[in-house]
Amino acid sequence: MTANAASPNHLQLTRDGQLRHFLTLDGLGRELLTDILDTADSFIEVGERSIKKVPLLRGRTVVNLFFEASTRTRSTFELAAKRLSADVLNLDINTSATSKGESLSDTLLNLEAMASDMFVVRHAQSGAPHFIAQSVTPGVAIINAGDGRHAHPTQAMLDMLTIRQHKGGFEGLKVAIVGDILHSRVARSQIRALNELGAEQIRVIAPGTLLPRDVESLGCTVEYDMAKGMKDLDVVIMLRLQKERMEGALLPSEREFYRLYGLSQDKLALAHPECIVMHPGPINRGVEIESAVADGPQSVILNQVTNGIAIRMAVMSMAMGGQVAERQQKLNELSELNERGLA
Amino acid sequence: MSALLDVDQLMDKLEAGLRGLLNERGIESPVLIGIRTGGVWVADIIGKRLGIEEPFGELDISFYRDDFSRIGLNPKVTPSSLPFDTEGRDIILVDDVIMSGRTIRAAMNELFDYGRPASIILATLIDLGARELPIQPDVAGQSLTLGVQQRVKLRGPDPLRIELQETEQ
Repeated sequence: MTANAASPNHLQLTRDGQLRHFLTLDGLGRELLTDILDTADSFIEVGERSIKKVPLLRGRTVVNLFFEASTRTRSTFELAAKRLSADVLNLDINTSATSKGESLSDTLLNLEAMASDMFVVRHAQSGAPHFIAQSVTPGVAIINAGDGRHAHPTQAMLDMLTIRQHKGGFEGLKVAIVGDILHSRVARSQIRALNELGAEQIRVIAPGTLLPRDVESLGCTVEYDMAKGMKDLDVVIMLRLQKERMEGALLPSEREFYRLYGLSQDKLALAHPECIVMHPGPINRGVEIESAVADGPQSVILNQVTNGIAIRMAVMSMAMGGQVAERQQKLNELSELNERGLA
Repeated sequence: MSALLDVDQLMDKLEAGLRGLLNERGIESPVLIGIRTGGVWVADIIGKRLGIEEPFGELDISFYRDDFSRIGLNPKVTPSSLPFDTEGRDIILVDDVIMSGRTIRAAMNELFDYGRPASIILATLIDLGARELPIQPDVAGQSLTLGVQQRVKLRGPDPLRIELQETEQ
């Protein structure tokens, strides 16, 4: 079992290379990432119908297990599951049994006893979804909805979908991620996805205090001067300043941060004229981004929200599909053994 | 592997059958919807033959298949595209081959999520029998009974041809 922990793909892919959990983008190849984007494209079309629902997860139960507050992510996961016809249970852990002393394992066992088929997990601890995926009953799919500083793979994929929609693809693209990289699980997943999908340049623009050590090893270049970093950009992704995660004095002041790293109209004018502006939300107007930019013609921030539903429908149905296909395969193998009198 | 059936002849029969049926039912402006992939090719040709100018729709039924719980999701799903409002329309639903009837059930389930059509006519180029559901085509180009090891496959789109394959069991 220790080998499994070292290789995320052993855990999140079936023998045939299909998704069965969705924990991290690490180790997922371009073909699978493209399949996720293509499947999401089909779900976007579903979202435009008069009845925005397909029967894929009919009769299955999805539990939103949020150990950390979230409005947008939780509600888009909920809507995604409902549009797949699943029954959805939202568990706000702060008001649940864990605060009465129940351990995570006991909470999970109880939920599994309710015949849950999928857990969507957000946790402040990096690696919590992996831990759950390792211990959960076979057949139950785990989707990472953000763990600690580690990863937020569905957010990164909805960003990739938004970029592909507006730019047609990734080849030759210059992309910058600006702001609080240090506390951002999104940035890590984005850099990973952009590299795998073939973007030409990935720049991170931030003050040294908001950069993780060794950030270049993720596959990006560092720029401290935003004016330089904005040059020729096709895509600029702003990150929220995560004040709640900051310990100690990482910033002189919000005003200073805005002056140096906030996206104003002046700074945006330095990028390619068709540069799109993205932000995972929630946005702090006047802290990372000027209102006129957030609401301006180059902003695709609300498209990101719409795309978030489609991406979540895609990974949920693909992971559930991988689980059921794997289970069927095992049943077939078993009955074959039975026929040969070996079981 | 050999070209077994003449596609043009089958199209002639399908066209004649559809003309008769539309006439009989007094349907003047039907719309065509093809089921991917083969049904779309057939819808394209039949639409031109019937002189239907409205562009045809394309259905990808992957999200409606009844075998999701056995084989999972088709990894190569593409978006359905219906370039018209189906509400109150007379629809000609087209597929290349009908066998079990499960594809048609899935297609009709999907269609009703777009609205309530006035009517649906089912047209298939080839009817292989072996039905598992009570669904029958209104018009078929040809009925065919295959041997256990035989498979039929429509190749296309240009030129469209039908192949009979012998599988090794």
